[in-house]
Amino acid sequence: MFDIDRWNEIWHALTKNKVRSLLTAFGVFWGIFMLIIMSGASNGLKNGIVEGVAKFATNSAFIWTDRTSEPYKGFTRGRYWLFNSDDLVYLKANVPELEFLTPKNFGQFGSSNNVIRGRLSGSYNIKGDYPEYVKIDPYTLVFGRWINEMDIRDRRKVCVIGEKVYETLFEAKEDPIGEYLKISGVYYQVVGVVRPETRVNINGRAEESVFLPFTTMQQTFNMGDQVHFMAFTAKKGIPVSVVEEKIKTILKKRHSIAPTDTQALQSVNIEKQFQQISGLFLGIGILTWIVGIGTLMAGVIGVSNIMLVIVRERTKEIGVQRALGARPSTIISQIMLESVVLTTVAGYIGLSLGVGLLELVNKALEMQSKGGDEIFFRNPEVNLNIALASLAVLVIAGLFAGSIPAKRALSIKPIEALREE
Amino acid sequence: MIVLDSVHKSYVTGNNSLHVLKGIDLEIGAGEFVSIMGSSGSGKSTLLNILGILDDYDSGSYVLNGKKIKSLNETKAAMLRNEMIGFVFQSFNLISFKNARENVALPLYYQKVSRRKRNVIAMEYLDRMGLKDWADHLPSELSGGQKQRVAIARALISNPKVILADEPTGALDTTTSFEVMDILKEVNDQGITVIIVTHEHDIASMTRKIIRLRDGVIAEVIKNGDLQMYRDRVLAE
Repeated sequence: MFDIDRWNEIWHALTKNKVRSLLTAFGVFWGIFMLIIMSGASNGLKNGIVEGVAKFATNSAFIWTDRTSEPYKGFTRGRYWLFNSDDLVYLKANVPELEFLTPKNFGQFGSSNNVIRGRLSGSYNIKGDYPEYVKIDPYTLVFGRWINEMDIRDRRKVCVIGEKVYETLFEAKEDPIGEYLKISGVYYQVVGVVRPETRVNINGRAEESVFLPFTTMQQTFNMGDQVHFMAFTAKKGIPVSVVEEKIKTILKKRHSIAPTDTQALQSVNIEKQFQQISGLFLGIGILTWIVGIGTLMAGVIGVSNIMLVIVRERTKEIGVQRALGARPSTIISQIMLESVVLTTVAGYIGLSLGVGLLELVNKALEMQSKGGDEIFFRNPEVNLNIALASLAVLVIAGLFAGSIPAKRALSIKPIEALREE
Repeated sequence: MIVLDSVHKSYVTGNNSLHVLKGIDLEIGAGEFVSIMGSSGSGKSTLLNILGILDDYDSGSYVLNGKKIKSLNETKAAMLRNEMIGFVFQSFNLISFKNARENVALPLYYQKVSRRKRNVIAMEYLDRMGLKDWADHLPSELSGGQKQRVAIARALISNPKVILADEPTGALDTTTSFEVMDILKEVNDQGITVIIVTHEHDIASMTRKIIRLRDGVIAEVIKNGDLQMYRDRVLAE
């Protein structure tokens, strides 16, 4: 395998007609190049989307109210309604499959400059939350702490602010803890600053939100026992949709909503969304491999064809070698090796260029994301396994491409080869 | 050395069967210098192919150096060719991208002799052919006579018992032809059996035995006194 004569022969065979060898190699090069680019691109898309929601609890769902669409029990259709605090207590007691159930209330939209600190002010989303909410949609604490049980119990006038709010209302590196903000006319003490870990936005971006203890919000915003929105997770091993249906049935019953009304209760099942997305990426992945392998196959068939031509051209040479005592195995391994060298070298270049291009794209994307832009395309990389698998595919493809010409070379009888002038 | 007993060979192409060798009985002893003559179609190339284990025969028997040659698999045939037989061709058949030394060393390469060792041996043989200074030249840089001498060196390097030469002078001018024949004679003087296929009478007359083929059978064997007469006749022409 590693003797000079053999490599000299391979070199000679492949460089005798350089243009032809290059064009043939290009077929394989392009096949592997496309495979790498496509699988990198689909990985990038996947990373971009998955990274945005990766830390979000996948076994969760959200539920909120809308106007009714059917008359029921003496109520007319089109009725406005809301959940209430008793629903929470009832659901927690009667749905054992629930892991967490946290309500969420929202302040009014469109109130301009509703958050004021001294001479600085801004318009932000006001949200009332329970401590458990961060179990579903995790936040990183930049300063202080998140809302706790005592805040809820005592209806403390404290708030946790999003990072953007902090950046606007506070000086750089200023300690916000203990400072006061005037929110919709009432003063609250800042106890924490958070940065969201996901890019899931419920009623506005978390960075630009102010979070109050849920009970405090109900009181100071005159919401009584109203509940706008609920997020919940199912216990391990139980599909979220089961819990979702159970909760919906209970709530409809408690609020005299027709069981068939599909509009009055709106919900999003994150588990289902995740399944759809991963199904989509599985599809993209399969398509990538089908197209990539197809292109690669076309290249390999090209190599096989050219090897046949090379064997034809070298008929006489092969005949002489056999007359001088070259064994069939020597001839076969020679042709196979030529084919493998051609495909592997071409493929390796395709692999390197493909990975290099992805790396460039990645660098460009990183620069862009540092600028704070929302991008849905991240780390378009191919993992080592795919790269190794493609190399293995190349070697096997090369052997495959070489096997038919090698057989042909062997079927040439030395005499016939020598007779050819 | 070589014993053929009623060897038959026919080629089948489609529905046609061409009976080329129709019972060849032949004995060539060790150290003989033989030429095989015949017009085209007489079966001389076919006979040479069978002698060189490049082709199989249909019936009869062929014994080479005490070993019966029949229906060998390709690997065995390749090994026998490598050990027993040296080939010299009309069109030299040197490998175009290998230099003279590498061409000569080729049979040793198939014997898996190390590169350094086979290059040393190849240089010896080239030196014997007077081509030491041409060792690094490619075949395209050599003259016809030089090419054939390289080919003879290549045939000799594996120490064969038999040299088979198919029209070795066919592509050479008269002077060079005689030079090549002198070399083959020297080779024969060292005890190696040399068999030449040719249609040139003057070349044939330089050997010690002439076998004439006609229509697939041996028509005439000229040797000893007859050969001297034959030589005189050829020279007179």
